[in-house]
Amino acid sequence: MSPHAQEEDPTNAYQSLSETTEHDDPRWAFGSGFEDVQAEIEAPVPDGVDAADLAEYCLMLGDDALVCSHRISEWVSNAPELEEEVALANTALDLLGQARVLLSRAAQVEGAGRDEDALAYLRGEAEFRNVGLAELGDDLDFGVAVARLLVFSTWRLALLSRLRDSRDPVVAAVAAKGVKELTYHRDWAARWALRLGDGTDESHRRMQAGLETVWPHVDELFRTSDVERRLVDAGVATDPAATRDEVDAVLDQVFAAATLTRPTLPGRGPLGGRAGRQGAHTEALGHVLDRLQSLARAHPGASW
Amino acid sequence: MVTAREVVARVVDPEMPMLTLDDLGVVRDVTTEGDAVTVTITPTYSGCPAVEEMRTDLADALRAAGFGPVRVRTVFAPAWSTDWISEAGRRKLAAAGVAPPGSAPRPSAGPVPLTLTVPTSVVTCPNCGSRATEELSRFGPTACTALRRCTACREPFEHMKEI
Repeated sequence: MSPHAQEEDPTNAYQSLSETTEHDDPRWAFGSGFEDVQAEIEAPVPDGVDAADLAEYCLMLGDDALVCSHRISEWVSNAPELEEEVALANTALDLLGQARVLLSRAAQVEGAGRDEDALAYLRGEAEFRNVGLAELGDDLDFGVAVARLLVFSTWRLALLSRLRDSRDPVVAAVAAKGVKELTYHRDWAARWALRLGDGTDESHRRMQAGLETVWPHVDELFRTSDVERRLVDAGVATDPAATRDEVDAVLDQVFAAATLTRPTLPGRGPLGGRAGRQGAHTEALGHVLDRLQSLARAHPGASW
Repeated sequence: MVTAREVVARVVDPEMPMLTLDDLGVVRDVTTEGDAVTVTITPTYSGCPAVEEMRTDLADALRAAGFGPVRVRTVFAPAWSTDWISEAGRRKLAAAGVAPPGSAPRPSAGPVPLTLTVPTSVVTCPNCGSRATEELSRFGPTACTALRRCTACREPFEHMKEI
């Protein structure tokens, strides 16, 4: 039966959920369900750039955004106030949007017939290229969530502000747009760090504890992978190690205003030379992917 | 004979239906080849969930006017800015109780500075015109709006935030 044959029934909440128009495609149960989203995706690989490296780099930047977006989205229906829930949901949505373009670009450059949905839903843990900070769970502790977003958004903003000059047009386009979005994300996290750090004894303790939780994952952010090193030379990537001073300066600015102390915990080292960028993850990523992928894996290609 | 451009000009934004997509400044290009139409739009935010609705609404409007096949492309660069909202769009926003955006900050080439002091920008209340308004949340019900409150008439309102 065509959906247009249905009578309008204002009491039927499910009807509006399945509202379609005559020319509409069926709605997908998960994922985007449409291709050819961004025209730029089809741009050729820049001269002198290794396609496999570019695909890998797009996965790194895309997986950081996808996995962190998922962690932030866990606050939906759990945030302390409606306004903060909306802020976190919007932040997660921005990152998801960045991830979609980057994964689409990775898929296009890879040329193996996969699309953004296949990359998001059908890869195993070892194929993800995100840093450990992105997958870190917060057990719905607001102090940890604020600390994670503060560090993540400060770092990603520093990366993307440099990537606006990337020779890859997709990376450059995501960066130019992402800079505007991440400025808001970092602003939100910094203001909460300030409010909690310079608030009551209890809020100060919790915010400081949040920082201690995320701190072992900070060093990894500034470790340059081989792929990044090659792509820096090719004018596509930016060296994460070169962002450290800028990130430290912003974090110190927040810590000073918020009466917080920079943690001194040592960073988690790579295992056998491998960390998130090489597909070596903490147990936490398995939990993220279980939630993120279970529906897609149980019902491949499902639509409604 | 209505042109494809004129059909596109009448399509409204799915989340802010007081504005046309043209008012919002997201329509970048409309090209025709016979009855075939290609519309190029740009999202306001990377994750704007309304883009798929925009694609559907544009295609439906063009097909209803006799055009086809219709292709709707999305481009990211150059990144959308609230500066692209038309003067008519700004008037319609204010009339609908949404404070229009001020000028967008110019993106600097270097590091983006972090400001921790209270924002000093003045946003006029769309209900009573008072300049005494305060920010409740920088993230509103849609990705592109912030929530504010007027301390004179006490009404909360949305403000389209500058990007």
